[in-house]
Amino acid sequence: MSRETTMPTQREERGVTGTREEAQTMTPAVDIFEIEDGLAVVADMPGVEKDAVDVRVENDVLTISGKAVSKECGDSLYREFGLTHYFRQFQLNSHVDQEKIKAEMKYGVLTIQLPTAEKAKPKKITVNIS
Amino acid sequence: MTYMLWNPIRELDTLRRQLEREVDRVFEGYRSEGPLPTPWGRSLGRYPLLNLSEDKDNIYVEVLAPGVGPESLEITVVNDTLRIAGEKQPLTGIKPEQFHRSERESGKFARTITLPVRVDGDSVKADYKNGLLLITLPKAPEAKPKQITVNVN
Repeated sequence: MSRETTMPTQREERGVTGTREEAQTMTPAVDIFEIEDGLAVVADMPGVEKDAVDVRVENDVLTISGKAVSKECGDSLYREFGLTHYFRQFQLNSHVDQEKIKAEMKYGVLTIQLPTAEKAKPKKITVNIS
Repeated sequence: MTYMLWNPIRELDTLRRQLEREVDRVFEGYRSEGPLPTPWGRSLGRYPLLNLSEDKDNIYVEVLAPGVGPESLEITVVNDTLRIAGEKQPLTGIKPEQFHRSERESGKFARTITLPVRVDGDSVKADYKNGLLLITLPKAPEAKPKQITVNVN
């Protein structure tokens, strides 16, 4: 977790055409902590449906994105927040086992578990005393 | 006899208070069109953030409340005052040394707002989905717009 970006910088490289809508993105607040076999990322993404969230790891970069939808109806009287796209990227410094990534969405909170690949796990070396 | 000495600290303090008042004045009753760059952009320490809208029959309050268990939410209406209280559960069982980043806030909150019109407190509805709370407050009969027919002689 050394570097992060909050704007979609890698989109074009990936061949995803940028849209005007995505030019303005929101940065979700995150908690990142170590768990027994890797890392866990928890991000507040209110307004995002379970199917509208996108989590991917490419070249050791974790990308979280999702489109928030407001249920607002009627004529606006007063606004304190707006909902657009969420976007945030993190550079991972450990090898993540991509097959075992688990993501869960509950109450507008995204929880991702990134297990460390077997080859990157610490090996216990027994010290022989002669 | 008293001497009025120039006190730079006091001067600064006066300036600061003037500036605060100006900022409060500017943001009071601020109306905005279109989405804001961040959901927390204009928070100024208020939590939870909310949007207010209306149609002919209802007032709608949309509240940004990710991770707030619906069972912890308490919504009360007294006359034209709406109170929203609840608790955002903190992550449990994680030691401080396990954290790389800790940006999400948690804890109990309460916010009271004054609604622009009287509402019918008995038929207020609240729906919680995907971290958004939508409160529908039907307007009181006396607050609804009356259509007046123009008679043509």
